[in-house]
Amino acid sequence: MSTTTSADSNRGPVVTDLTTKSPYERRTHSRGNFELWSWLFMRASGVLLLVLVFGHLFVNLMTGDGIKGVDFAFVAGKWSSPFWQFWDLLMLWLAELHGVNGVRTIINDYTERDSTRLVLKTLLFLSALLVMVLGTLVIFTFDPCIDPNSTLQQCTGR
Amino acid sequence: MVVLRLAGKGRTVAVQPKAASGSLYRGREGMWSWVAHRIAGVLIFFFLFAHVLDTALVRVSPEAYNTVIGTYQNPVVAFGEIGLVAAVVFHAYNGIRIILVDTNTWATRNQRRLFWVVVGLWVVTMGPFIWRHLSHVFG
Repeated sequence: MSTTTSADSNRGPVVTDLTTKSPYERRTHSRGNFELWSWLFMRASGVLLLVLVFGHLFVNLMTGDGIKGVDFAFVAGKWSSPFWQFWDLLMLWLAELHGVNGVRTIINDYTERDSTRLVLKTLLFLSALLVMVLGTLVIFTFDPCIDPNSTLQQCTGR
Repeated sequence: MVVLRLAGKGRTVAVQPKAASGSLYRGREGMWSWVAHRIAGVLIFFFLFAHVLDTALVRVSPEAYNTVIGTYQNPVVAFGEIGLVAAVVFHAYNGIRIILVDTNTWATRNQRRLFWVVVGLWVVTMGPFIWRHLSHVFG
């Protein structure tokens, strides 16, 4: 015979009979598995970013004239190809989300006041929104033929 | 090392203090790799913000973009670029170390040794990069 159920006791109902929540859980609402997914995202995006960023740095800094070769014509040459548009778009989104999640962790670690945390996170999310929206628009609305001296085939053939 | 004399037992034991001077931080490779990972990550995050804004100038005009990029083409910024690439490469290799330490018991036990592997690979990557980058800048 069990002595832990409320039915056979005159000591009042057991806490766990009233709710499915463990009495040791102090949070009244759950955030689900958000932190688990964020942990997994950091690792998955990190591996992809290693390939994307190393490729970006190698092509832009190591090949050709390196940093000296970077100008409007260089960017136009790359973004006239859907391959590099997609590469840079994926890199932009993954890097910004990875960075936001990292800085969010740092803010959670070091801020002591709720108001400071709110202000810093608001600034963080607004800056991320700006970077992702502006970056995406630039990649897809970019016109390489805006340069009258362009030697790109798609511009000279017009 | 602190030597304790157990009361009434007539023998001594040596124990490793848990942390120096009451700090929660344990020091050594584990902590310093974490500190360096954070600093490198924040540095890259702020650079990305500036990098997206300056690249957005290609939508303004070729002249606007070339003018701003032209202000970067000097030796001072070139050394800043070496620092940025150093941060990116360290963050990337140490990130792989973190994934291994999280998922593999051998790597968890050997996390200190893996930190020195990261440092070694970082040096091996930075050497050729610095040589080629500086020959572009001063060439």
